[in-house]
Amino acid sequence: MNGGEASPGEAQLTISGVSKHFGGVRAVEAVTLSVRAGELISVIGPNGAGKTSLLNMISGFYRPDTGAIVFAGKDITGARPSHIAALGIARTFQNIALFAGMTVLDNIMLGRHVHMKAGVLSSFIYWGLAQKEEIAHRARAEELIELLELEDLRKQPTSGLAYGLRKRVELARALALDPKLLLLDEPMGGMNQEEKEDMARFILEVNQQWGTTVILIEHDMAVVMDISDRVAVLDRGRKIAEGSPGEVQRHPDVIRAYLGTAKERREVAAA
Amino acid sequence: MTQSTLPRLLRRNAEQMAARPAIREKNHGIWQTFSWAQYWEEVRDFALGLAAHGFRRGDKLAVIGDNRPGLYWAQVAAQCLGGTAVPMYQDSIASELVFVLSHAEVSVVVAEDQEQVDKILSLRDELPHLQLVIYDDPKGLRHYSSGGLQSFADMQAAGREFGAAHPGYVEAEIDNGDPDDLALLTYTSGTTGRPKGVMLSHANLLGSAQGFIAAEDIRVTDELLCYLPMAWIGDSLFSLVLTLLVGFTCNCPERPQTVQRDLRELGPTIAIAPPRIWENMLTQLRVRAADSTPLKHRLFEFFRGLAERAEQRKGEGKPASLISRLGLALGEALVYAPVRDQLGLRRARWVYTGGAPLGPDTFRFFRAFGVNIKQVWGSTELAGLASLQPDGEADPDTVGRVIPGSDVRIAEDGEVLIRSAAVFKGYYKQPDATRDTMIDDGWLRSGDSGFVDRRGHLVIVDRAKDVGKLADGTPFAPQFVENKLKFSPFIAEAVAFGDRRPFVAAIVAIDLTTVGNWAERRNLAYTSFQDLSAKPEVRRLIAEEIAEVNASLPVAARIRRFLLLNKEFDADDNEITRTRKIRRRFVADKYAAVVGAFYRGDSEVEVMTEITYEDGRKAALTSTIVIEEVLKATEPAREPAYA
Repeated sequence: MNGGEASPGEAQLTISGVSKHFGGVRAVEAVTLSVRAGELISVIGPNGAGKTSLLNMISGFYRPDTGAIVFAGKDITGARPSHIAALGIARTFQNIALFAGMTVLDNIMLGRHVHMKAGVLSSFIYWGLAQKEEIAHRARAEELIELLELEDLRKQPTSGLAYGLRKRVELARALALDPKLLLLDEPMGGMNQEEKEDMARFILEVNQQWGTTVILIEHDMAVVMDISDRVAVLDRGRKIAEGSPGEVQRHPDVIRAYLGTAKERREVAAA
Repeated sequence: MTQSTLPRLLRRNAEQMAARPAIREKNHGIWQTFSWAQYWEEVRDFALGLAAHGFRRGDKLAVIGDNRPGLYWAQVAAQCLGGTAVPMYQDSIASELVFVLSHAEVSVVVAEDQEQVDKILSLRDELPHLQLVIYDDPKGLRHYSSGGLQSFADMQAAGREFGAAHPGYVEAEIDNGDPDDLALLTYTSGTTGRPKGVMLSHANLLGSAQGFIAAEDIRVTDELLCYLPMAWIGDSLFSLVLTLLVGFTCNCPERPQTVQRDLRELGPTIAIAPPRIWENMLTQLRVRAADSTPLKHRLFEFFRGLAERAEQRKGEGKPASLISRLGLALGEALVYAPVRDQLGLRRARWVYTGGAPLGPDTFRFFRAFGVNIKQVWGSTELAGLASLQPDGEADPDTVGRVIPGSDVRIAEDGEVLIRSAAVFKGYYKQPDATRDTMIDDGWLRSGDSGFVDRRGHLVIVDRAKDVGKLADGTPFAPQFVENKLKFSPFIAEAVAFGDRRPFVAAIVAIDLTTVGNWAERRNLAYTSFQDLSAKPEVRRLIAEEIAEVNASLPVAARIRRFLLLNKEFDADDNEITRTRKIRRRFVADKYAAVVGAFYRGDSEVEVMTEITYEDGRKAALTSTIVIEEVLKATEPAREPAYA
């Protein structure tokens, strides 16, 4: 439904030689990554590896120092976040960013705003196009509520919800954009096993049923290896490996980045 | 009329009230309605799909999931072809599923969603009879590739194709049906031992339903919310049999979590619920009243007291004074009507409580608030209902009059015997158990002991096998004591002991929501159920609640010692049935150490509990639990001076 202009198999997002430095810190260093339409790719790596920075450059929060990002044939390097969102890239945040005083439904409806065309006056009198639009958007919001199993929470303010549920609402709002590419920054952080399983189910459903491309940052390796088509590994800003979950798990550099060298391990054990 | 079958009634409805709403489902936040004409088309297409896959007369189809129109349609579709429906509890664990599905030789399972499909597929190797698994909600299932796994819609599409090649197939099969055909095979959760498959024919089901409509005011315009487990006979009777017979509208809630809101939105005109639901509603209400402003809380308590006293006087046959009548009128405007509205009972002409006895205090509370709650009694073996209270004869102590077409008799040992067209055909493949239950001339042993009072109302004392005597010979009915305890909003479940013992003691499971709420308001930090239940403050709270209960109990039946269990009673641990009835013997055996400690006078006891997770894994939990004394065991039982 939202496969984007690029047909499945073709590169939808191309990141080439992108770097970002903060003073002397090289957050991201010459990373190149190509993501095909409809793919579910995970970016993993130790803390401070540059994962979130990479996501921030894709969504336009950071401007890359060097390199280029091309999405659906358009160069979006350094474009404004609103422009990038309008092109069909949506994201969720590591720290939940919802409108706390608003209900679950309102938060989701807000995500639809990029698709609303009715003017102020017609919206105000709620007639004609505005009414038709509102109903169509509400129907879409209901599909998301069903997908993410939020039926019992429609009218609840998000501030009172449990952490795992707020994460779900945030995902629903991101999906309300009808994105072609979805960027998820640790959607399962701080969740218990059951909540993680639910979230993994939802992400898979979005990816498989709607064909939405997903870039996932996640620390839970069991989940990553279970649901990803492909995994890219960052360490200290550099991409050190890329491949299928199986390939990545066997990659010596990855093992070293995660577990340290044998010597380092001995030192840690002795300490 | 008795010579009908459920599918024939469906065809009648589709012809005679084609446009009337038959069933609704809340989807995307909106109630979607299916008329009787549509109901029939859905059933017919699904039945044709079953036929196309080789489903034949005598085959069995199981449904598992929450109440969905598709799961009701599937049951009627199987019956159209002369098959039998086997409704199952949606929260059954693996071993229960395997037992029922293999014992009943089920060949087709209709599952609600991915969760249920996963459960069934994981057991496939143990189910040689299973050929087809059909799912209603395709979410998450589109990429499953497993032989014999199909969507509901695909089945119906295959059915339409089959129907085009075989015109009139289902209609002819319905005409071939016999009222004595096995329509429903429903497994009793059973408070003892393995579940038993209760065989009910169309004639049994309609026998019960016809007796019911002869006794109760039920209309084609009625609205019912179907939210009770589909495997419970009460749901089958109302959401399948009575709706087909009467033509009223069934409504399926959006999700189990939205039941309360859906209830309020819909405002059903009739309702049936087991005691647990009424107790929950009352608890919620009291928590919300306590959480509201002091003025509102005091208003609520004042008018509640007023109404309960008036109800008590009415029960005693005393006339209400003018002042109390004025007060009630004011209360109706300020409290009673708004509360009924909040509960979703504003339009309800009558509501039933059944399945187990409801505590008289809870019963009185609802009646005092203007809810026409009435007790009904029945059993799976009687196709649901056997007796009910006519309007104006509601009474917390009886279960009303037996429905027309049934005879009641009390055996010498006090057991209630029933004879009617609804008496079941026997337990599936368990002739010995059947022989133990049926006696000559079609009388059924109900398993409950009781008597018929002067008005002609049946009074159930307790499960026949549970009624005992204290050591001094005083009769002891554990359920009576437990229901008193459960009236406290802080107590979720209780098991009372006392048979052949010197005094009454109880194992109590606290209500996590209300006690948690209570603890929060007192800044009492806790981490888990176990932690909360072990707090001395909580023990004191429950001790006070029990002391209050004791004041209303006969002296000999007063609870002297109790213990707060470190977990909830759980159906997965076999401690209660899926319909939330305590498996008394099992609990007594499992907690034999606790019972021993109660009567030895120990002040604490080591409890080892085994917890069964939904996937069948087990874990052990050992902890030392304090036994609390409410009344001194040594103190002679006597009436306190102020009573």
